[in-house]
Amino acid sequence: MRSIEDLLEELPFTKALSPEHRALIASCGQNRAFRAGEYVFRTGEPADWFFLIRKGRVALEVYGPTRGALTVETVGEGDVLGWSWLFEPYVYSFDARVVRDTRVIAFDGACLRGKADADHELGYQLMRGMARVFTDRLEATRMQLLDVYGDHASS
Amino acid sequence: MPAAEPDSCALTPRAATVRRVWQETHDSWSLELEDPGAPGASPGQFNMLYAFGVGEIPISFSGDLAEITRPVHTVRAVGAVSRALCALTPGSSLGVRGPFGAGWPLEAARGGDLVALAGGIGLAPLRPLLYAALAQREAFRRVVLLYGARAPEELLYPAELDAWRADHELEVFVTVDAATSNWHGDVGVVTNLISKANLDPDTLTAYTCGPEIMMTFCARRLVAAGVPESSVHVSLERNMKCAVGWCGRCQLGSQFVCRDGPVLPFAQAAPLMAVREL
Amino acid sequence: MQATAPSVRMERSDFPRLFEALQAAGYAVFGPTLRDEAIVYAELEGADQLPAGWTDEQGPGHYRMRRRGDDKLFGYAVGPHSWKQLLHPPEQRVWRAERDANGRIQFVPEALAAPPRAFLGVRACELAAIRVQDRVLREGALADGGYAARRAAAFLVAVECSDPAATCFCTSTGTGPGVEAECDLVLTEVCEADEHYFLVAAGSERGRDVAAQLPLREASADERAAGRAVVAGAAARITRQLPQAGLPEALAQALEHPRWDDVAERCLTCGNCTLVCPTCFCTTVEDTSDVSGAVAERWRRWDTCFSLDFSHLHGGSVRASNRSRYRQWLTHKLSTWHEQFGSSGCVGCGRCIAWCPVGIDITEEAAALRQEPGHAQH
Repeated sequence: MRSIEDLLEELPFTKALSPEHRALIASCGQNRAFRAGEYVFRTGEPADWFFLIRKGRVALEVYGPTRGALTVETVGEGDVLGWSWLFEPYVYSFDARVVRDTRVIAFDGACLRGKADADHELGYQLMRGMARVFTDRLEATRMQLLDVYGDHASS
Repeated sequence: MPAAEPDSCALTPRAATVRRVWQETHDSWSLELEDPGAPGASPGQFNMLYAFGVGEIPISFSGDLAEITRPVHTVRAVGAVSRALCALTPGSSLGVRGPFGAGWPLEAARGGDLVALAGGIGLAPLRPLLYAALAQREAFRRVVLLYGARAPEELLYPAELDAWRADHELEVFVTVDAATSNWHGDVGVVTNLISKANLDPDTLTAYTCGPEIMMTFCARRLVAAGVPESSVHVSLERNMKCAVGWCGRCQLGSQFVCRDGPVLPFAQAAPLMAVREL
Repeated sequence: MQATAPSVRMERSDFPRLFEALQAAGYAVFGPTLRDEAIVYAELEGADQLPAGWTDEQGPGHYRMRRRGDDKLFGYAVGPHSWKQLLHPPEQRVWRAERDANGRIQFVPEALAAPPRAFLGVRACELAAIRVQDRVLREGALADGGYAARRAAAFLVAVECSDPAATCFCTSTGTGPGVEAECDLVLTEVCEADEHYFLVAAGSERGRDVAAQLPLREASADERAAGRAVVAGAAARITRQLPQAGLPEALAQALEHPRWDDVAERCLTCGNCTLVCPTCFCTTVEDTSDVSGAVAERWRRWDTCFSLDFSHLHGGSVRASNRSRYRQWLTHKLSTWHEQFGSSGCVGCGRCIAWCPVGIDITEEAAALRQEPGHAQH
């Protein structure tokens, strides 16, 4: 049975942290597993957790009454899930539905925030890591928005 | 103990005439009616409009309700009845029942900022609210419209938006989801406009109308910024046939959207909107 | 006002006199009769059309007629019909419209027509169901004039239950088997080896007028006790229970309970339950026109929340899944109805259980939904 620290050594988001920082955040983490069809979190729920996906696939969904559930993105092995723990009001904005049986390391958001407040170097590294995730996702989202495969005759 | 109001007034349309029809966007038209039998209505309410032999649908008032015998309705032609209504010519007859529904609580904004957030055709049910606010402009501090549409050509009432901007009574912020370089305005989702408008969460009342996903994101963004859920009002849409709470179709939880809504405070609507397929 | 305790009796052989008295007072009599292997409500000419000597055997998805050993006139529970088909008819014209050569439209609302009718054989649960529909259609902000007229023109002859079905659960919903609600006449059938009579009580002025035409004599203390025993016996034979305490709140908290997935696998969304339910009131509207395009009509018809069309908006139906439609029906009936109309929508008649082709049992589903998810059911 490998420790959380060992697992963090392999995951892309935490690989680049120093061993001391990994140890610090490992104490906020725990292993969790979800079955396909379950929800990791739902829109509007308190965003108490931050997840690193070890294995599996999760779909981020928005629901509309006649359109049903729309998947805006899927995340999988090595990806970050849930960033609403970073900023108030700490509420999830999407539904996270498990597509394939998934294993994660779940970090207690308040614990992480506490560690980051106490150790600003750790805080800076976490923010850098999150910022990288955001810029990648933003670029991807913009491309999705362009509807590049659609039939766009010039007007 | 029967109620005072005879139901035949509520279930049987009165005949009205089309005065003018004009196209707004590629799939929406506005109709100005001559409806001498119209009782007074308030912003956010709707009429049931009947196209002879085709059917009847709920359409919000979208004009100035001071002119109640000359109501304006903006209709999106997406089904048999709406297409039939949009195809009516001046002088045609149609059936009107109404007004129905709980409208926008304008009084709630008195003394503070009135903020309307419109998405797409959602501007139509909000326009009467803006007219009513402008008619007693001194009752409010800021009157702000945040309006988002899919593309520039989908914007409703563009000339009016310019006119409002020009006379400074109403602050207008417009954005579109995507545009070509011919568009010099903002591009981005309507929630971006919330921070752009520099709103004071403590003194504003917000009224939002548009696709449900858009209203939910706007409302949650406002709440995250410190606006109480009870100060945000949404306008919901459900299948309606009778518009008086008898056919049962418009229920959302315990609420009859035709009668308890379509306008509901977000504090009440949020838990209902959060349950899928409720 | 409530019916006074029955203190007079009428012989079973004099039952035709009740028909005569009602007809003489101008009422067309509607009551139970055996047709197509079920006890249904139809217009009756005389007492010989009553289902004497028949009873019903009911269970989940099961309804059979069985011959009784005796000759009771009302020795059954309830059939697929309810009185809503007369008070809130399956189809009604709402208005008619004509368009003249100049295109001008004239709308003519349907005139209210409510011929006087006597409903014979109204069960306690059915009286409760009528009261439930009163609150929906007559006592809201807007009154359905047609319903109110038909309701006022209905003379209610209640008959207390002696033979509940296995599907009945009126004792849970507090709606029977004894009649306590407002009606015009209440009858209790006492059928013993050597005697067969009805205890009669009037609950209104017009009830008293009709009773005055009947051959009645004072009932003895024993006879009155026999009447009470009929009802007590019926109550004792009811086996089904609907959990009551805190049910509306529990269901409101259970909107994502896994049980909904379970029932969704069984439910066909056929809507039979809504057809037979005496309190379901939902309708649709059908706009028609003739070939010339000069005449149009609007009809109001029974509809069911189980249809996809019921929640249709441009783009799709809000309740697309079976799961959501069954949930809507059950949570409306047992939970949100309270907030809307101040009572439960369910009167414990059990019709939905018997007439569900797959035998879904509302009492079983409600009990399962009250349990924390993960507790073994069945």
